[in-house]
Amino acid sequence: MIVDIATYAGCLLLLLGALFSLVAAIGVVRLPDLFTRMHAASKAGAVGGGLVLLAVALLCFDVGVAMRAIIGVVFLLLTTPVSAHLLAKASYRTSGQYRVNMVVDELKSKSSQNHRA
Amino acid sequence: MNPAMTVVVLALIWAAITGTFSGLNLLLGGAIGILAVLLLRRSLGPPRRFRQLRNIASLTVLFLYELGASAVRVAIVVLTPDLKSALQPAIIAFPLTVKSDAEITLLANLITLTPGTLSVDVSEDRSLLYVHALAFGTREGLIADIAGGFEAKVREVYS
Repeated sequence: MIVDIATYAGCLLLLLGALFSLVAAIGVVRLPDLFTRMHAASKAGAVGGGLVLLAVALLCFDVGVAMRAIIGVVFLLLTTPVSAHLLAKASYRTSGQYRVNMVVDELKSKSSQNHRA
Repeated sequence: MNPAMTVVVLALIWAAITGTFSGLNLLLGGAIGILAVLLLRRSLGPPRRFRQLRNIASLTVLFLYELGASAVRVAIVVLTPDLKSALQPAIIAFPLTVKSDAEITLLANLITLTPGTLSVDVSEDRSLLYVHALAFGTREGLIADIAGGFEAKVREVYS
């Protein structure tokens, strides 16, 4: 009974994780510039990968593997925002041409002030 | 957390990652934990009070909820047929009231994983956090969201 529930929940998590990973990939293709792409890659990507790891934890029926999968989720959530942040920062500093029509850009006015100073 | 507790927790995490809870493996994890605590003793903060565990738990719950909500929101935006009108990218300067490195790091990471926002940069005097928004509404609304949500919780955890 409990095994059945764990199996169904695990399969559901696996499907959801795959769906979010697919959405993240579609987002990287469809969105116009690096910043908006990082939104898709960091949020939907982390949730997709995390759900797949949780599914592994539920479906493997092995405490050692389950613990490692859960710790994997924690590290995924710790490291994804750092890489997204660094990519966004590096992109902002190196190139302006990939920035697609932002409504407001308060960093731009700030950095031009720095250049003058 | 005092150093002894930190070593115990590190030993347990080591055992969990390596997948064996044998005595020898726990000792090895403890030895590595002691080494890590010795190396990092200057950057480990003062001991935490127990009350803060509740604040940490409350921050974790809020974070997991927001993470789920943000993934769904990004998914909706990505799958919108008319992508141009759904997007209103903007970079906003968010005035920071938290000051320490640890608080700013935690807040920036939380912001990146929550709906519609992505940390881009911190100003050199650490008074502003530049946040990229996917669908920009109003500047005040965005700032009030972060200040009243995560920033308040982060401040509670570190108070």
